[in-house]
Amino acid sequence: MLLSGSDIIVRVLIEQGADTVFGYPGGQIINVYDSLYKYQDEINHILTAHEQGATHAADGYARATGKVGVVISTSGPGATNLVTGIATAYLDSVPLVAICGNVPTTQIGTDSFQEIDITGVTLPITKHNYFVGSVEQLADTLREAFRLAKSGRPGPVLIDVPKDVQIAMCEYTECPPVQADEPMAAKDIRIKEAAALINSANRPFIYFGGGLITADAQEELLALADKIDAPIGCSLMGLSGVPTEHPRFLGMQGMHGHYASSMAMHQADLIISLGVRFNDRVTGNRTKFAVGTNIVHIDVDGSELSKTVDATVGLRGDIKKTLNKLLPLINATENPDWQRKIAQLRQDESTLDTRDGMTPRNAILTVNKHLGDNTAVATDVGQHQMWAAQNLSFKTARRFISSGGLGTMGFGLGAAIGAAFGTGERSVLITGDGSFGMCLNELATAVTYNIPVVILIMNNGVLGMVRQWQTLFFDKHYSNTVLNRKTDFVALAKAFGADGEAVTTPEQLDSALTAAFNASGPYVIDCAIEKDELVLPMLPPGGSMDDIIVKVGD
Amino acid sequence: MNKYTIAVLVRNQFGVLNRVTSMFRRRQFNISALSVSETESNEFSRITVTFDGEDTAKQQLVNQLYKLPDVCSIKEFTAESSVSCELLLIKMKNEPSTREEILAAVSGFGAETVDYSKDSIVFRLTADSRRIDDFINLMRDYTILEICRTGRVSLERGGTTIRQTINL
Repeated sequence: MLLSGSDIIVRVLIEQGADTVFGYPGGQIINVYDSLYKYQDEINHILTAHEQGATHAADGYARATGKVGVVISTSGPGATNLVTGIATAYLDSVPLVAICGNVPTTQIGTDSFQEIDITGVTLPITKHNYFVGSVEQLADTLREAFRLAKSGRPGPVLIDVPKDVQIAMCEYTECPPVQADEPMAAKDIRIKEAAALINSANRPFIYFGGGLITADAQEELLALADKIDAPIGCSLMGLSGVPTEHPRFLGMQGMHGHYASSMAMHQADLIISLGVRFNDRVTGNRTKFAVGTNIVHIDVDGSELSKTVDATVGLRGDIKKTLNKLLPLINATENPDWQRKIAQLRQDESTLDTRDGMTPRNAILTVNKHLGDNTAVATDVGQHQMWAAQNLSFKTARRFISSGGLGTMGFGLGAAIGAAFGTGERSVLITGDGSFGMCLNELATAVTYNIPVVILIMNNGVLGMVRQWQTLFFDKHYSNTVLNRKTDFVALAKAFGADGEAVTTPEQLDSALTAAFNASGPYVIDCAIEKDELVLPMLPPGGSMDDIIVKVGD
Repeated sequence: MNKYTIAVLVRNQFGVLNRVTSMFRRRQFNISALSVSETESNEFSRITVTFDGEDTAKQQLVNQLYKLPDVCSIKEFTAESSVSCELLLIKMKNEPSTREEILAAVSGFGAETVDYSKDSIVFRLTADSRRIDDFINLMRDYTILEICRTGRVSLERGGTTIRQTINL
């Protein structure tokens, strides 16, 4: 079939199973938008308010579904507006394909109107990128991009397509969707070494991250935990990977992790780490992290092994397949002393914040009452993100959607919209007044497409996380963190065509959430939070577990 | 600090060198020399990297290289298992007072004279990097006008080739 380049782009998207794509048109991508018009019965394009929002939406869609998210933009500013979204996906290993238009090949390199070297710009924040110089390469390059985006450790791939390549004609033959490269288990010798370490441990701790969710290895992880009688913790990116209420699960650990989870990992004699990268927000001071503790580290990306923390045994391979080979070599055991210790830590933790009233914890616990088993919850970045991470309850994997690696304020609304499209269900955004201010223009998108997204703004009138650091480490010099804004978020929601209300008590929040969860479109809840609330516990930056702050005044 | 020589077979495509060096820059790997050329097949280019650092950093460098989709194969070379050499061009000031001494040194090192003028002489030396360092150090006693060296290139001894370990 003889097709134009732009038709080929859309046909390959359809062929690869991209039923919903996000983007924003412009001069150098107008041909692709004409093809989207032509094939609109087979592919759904969501027009956002800004290209950044489109990228976050494609990212949220990918995180919620495990499929490759697709975002389309024009050249120049359209392409550069993708950058924060692509970097967000890169740092959190999210499969994403970004397609940009560019000026015709004859004008490339001449600083034409809206020309930008986007492959150069995105070189360090993509898994790979392509400049497609001829229409003959177009279909296969797109397919290769999909394969790369989802293989091994997933990530974003960008394709830059000059306008004349979109116009040129070429023979197109439909192909089946490309498959991710078949993942391999780790080497047998390493599996044996890991088994020996695990069998000799008395205080094992299983620590998992986003890699576990990508590998779909929840069942194997729980089987291992049961067999060796180990508690389980996770990184921010691991949340929702195992059900929050699972009796072995102690929650997230790290700088603002659960006390019991962080302390248990600190006191363990063996940390079995699955799909994590020991980020500085997790380890604190690396010279004091896990001193004298054995570490078994399994990751599909070999470059993560011993990158920041030395693994006693590093296993490069697929987590699911590796655990399946490892499990038969493990002796079933019980660690009653260790479990007593864990129970004590849980007991200590339960006394840390028992306040009534409109505390951040109570706000999130109220949200939990309304969540369905399959509800995706997105966050922005800052205090609210940590309160959400600490207190949200999940039953299904891929339902916590948060920018962990890059920490992108403004990520949440686009991501919540993408997640709602991905799951076909109502989604929730937990945000702060600072973060929401960054990309609230996507309210227009939510209203236009009548997307049922529950938006909870934890409004404390300050940039709370930076303010918290100023409180603790900068003598309360509140430099540029007090938002003397007069924004009326409910009126703002209504101006966009959404609905909403303001609340100041948990009871009001509960009834507002009931209204929000019954609304047909977006619903904004402006929830007043005291500005001096801190995220605790806190491991001070560069500190170790001995420096943990669990209560104000510590 | 150790010195490592790593050969990297990459797809012979536009921008590949940029991808490799961009990764080195971003992760702050200390590369002391780098040479690139096409290979026996025009599908591939070969990059030879000389890296100074600790073993863990070298391992990280190799792991990060493997993540670049355009990288097809990587080989680390030890002095025993490989032959290596480097090419030096050096332009010296031509003065009667030092000419004899310079030519004696050149002859001692087996360098060749490739250009001769009233004011300058250009010598060419192909040798291992250390010998080239030694030669340059010796020349510092006289007036060096310009130096250009290629960086080390290496091949494994025996019949094995880097393409046999390709992981496309």
